[in-house]
Amino acid sequence: MQKWFTPAAVVCGLMLAVAPLLIAQAPYESTMGLVQKIFYVHLPSAWVFLLSAIVCGVASIRYLSGGNPRHDRTAWAAAELVVLFGAITLITGPLWARKAWGVWWLWDVRLTSSLMGWMVAIAYMLLRKYGGPGSDKLGAGLALFGMANVPFIYISVNYWRTIHPTTNVVPTLPTSFGLPLWFSAVTFLLMFVLLLRLRVGLEEQRARLDALYLVTDE
Amino acid sequence: MFARIVWLVLRKDFTVEVRSLEIAYTMLFFAVSCVLIFAFALVQEGRAPEGGAAGILWIAIAFAGTLALGRTFERERQSETLRALLLAPAARPAIYVGKLLGIVALLIGAEMILVPLVALLFQAPLLARPGWLAIILVLGTLGFAAVGTLFAAMLVRARSRDVLLPVLLYPITVPVIIAGVRATAALLQPEVDASIIGFWIALLACFDVVFVTLALWTFEPLMTD
Repeated sequence: MQKWFTPAAVVCGLMLAVAPLLIAQAPYESTMGLVQKIFYVHLPSAWVFLLSAIVCGVASIRYLSGGNPRHDRTAWAAAELVVLFGAITLITGPLWARKAWGVWWLWDVRLTSSLMGWMVAIAYMLLRKYGGPGSDKLGAGLALFGMANVPFIYISVNYWRTIHPTTNVVPTLPTSFGLPLWFSAVTFLLMFVLLLRLRVGLEEQRARLDALYLVTDE
Repeated sequence: MFARIVWLVLRKDFTVEVRSLEIAYTMLFFAVSCVLIFAFALVQEGRAPEGGAAGILWIAIAFAGTLALGRTFERERQSETLRALLLAPAARPAIYVGKLLGIVALLIGAEMILVPLVALLFQAPLLARPGWLAIILVLGTLGFAAVGTLFAAMLVRARSRDVLLPVLLYPITVPVIIAGVRATAALLQPEVDASIIGFWIALLACFDVVFVTLALWTFEPLMTD
């Protein structure tokens, strides 16, 4: 494990402990009240969800063009994080929607496309687990199509008249709302980097172990 | 050269299929069974649910398409002909396009029977505007088959490929199915709004371009051992 990992993990742990305090101190939003605070978890996890999908797609392109197994391991790790952060996004979203829109789920473009992006990542993991030999390349192809979905998810709220808040909300936030949001976003980003590193490290050890088995077999 | 290889692959698939008609018959029977199951499930007191026809048509196309994709490549695998095809001194994208056109032709053939059947069973005026419907069906089928051909070809060597094909295919092609269903549903309205249909057709064309480009681009590295 790299030298930076442990200090970064400690920092991330501290930030995770501080974030709820900052969120609790942020002022109540006038119309939504307490429920609005879900936004400090929902938005950062959604950003990291899309970021993981992009990391997975880019690593897959590099794996397809170069064939370096390192990129394949990164893609696999990122796909698992798409599932994790996607789950957080898709659970916190309806919790907020129940209060804001009166329903848990709507077949809105952004909701639908996010759900599909999440399902592509699950399909990716199913493929890697049960696909057998050759599933690494096939997975890379799948990840590419999954990444093509990301810009669609992002712009969907601005092009369709949907009920989901648009991407213009964030730049207009006052500092009292913006500070806990950005703090939370950095925490999630750090958590993403750490989890990715940890997961890639696990795959590296597995690859080393496989190589050792091969040596002893010969 | 490219067009010639496409034509040769297409003709080969067509000749093999015409000799047995295995995929055409089984797929068609399966698609018709699908529509009938929906009819039994949804038609109550002799009345079809409003707006159900478009969805049922596209579900039947998606299910039948998955079956056809799986069988087409299973046949290549059983007789080890996919390797021969890939060993041939031909551009991989041309092989892909040949395969894709074969699947699209097969599905369009199935749609020619499915559309009147759904129109009949669900009392939907599907054939009132055949031109629009043809555009929607061709674009939707192309988008679905573009991803399907790529994945089915790649899954030939994978374990549990029969299960994995729909698992991978449906989440990716959902946008195409949604656009197809919405466009067809808009077509069934008493007063057709051309701007709504135009919007969904444009979206279908967009997805077709993205999917075909990505598939052409990835077919070569993915089919190389």
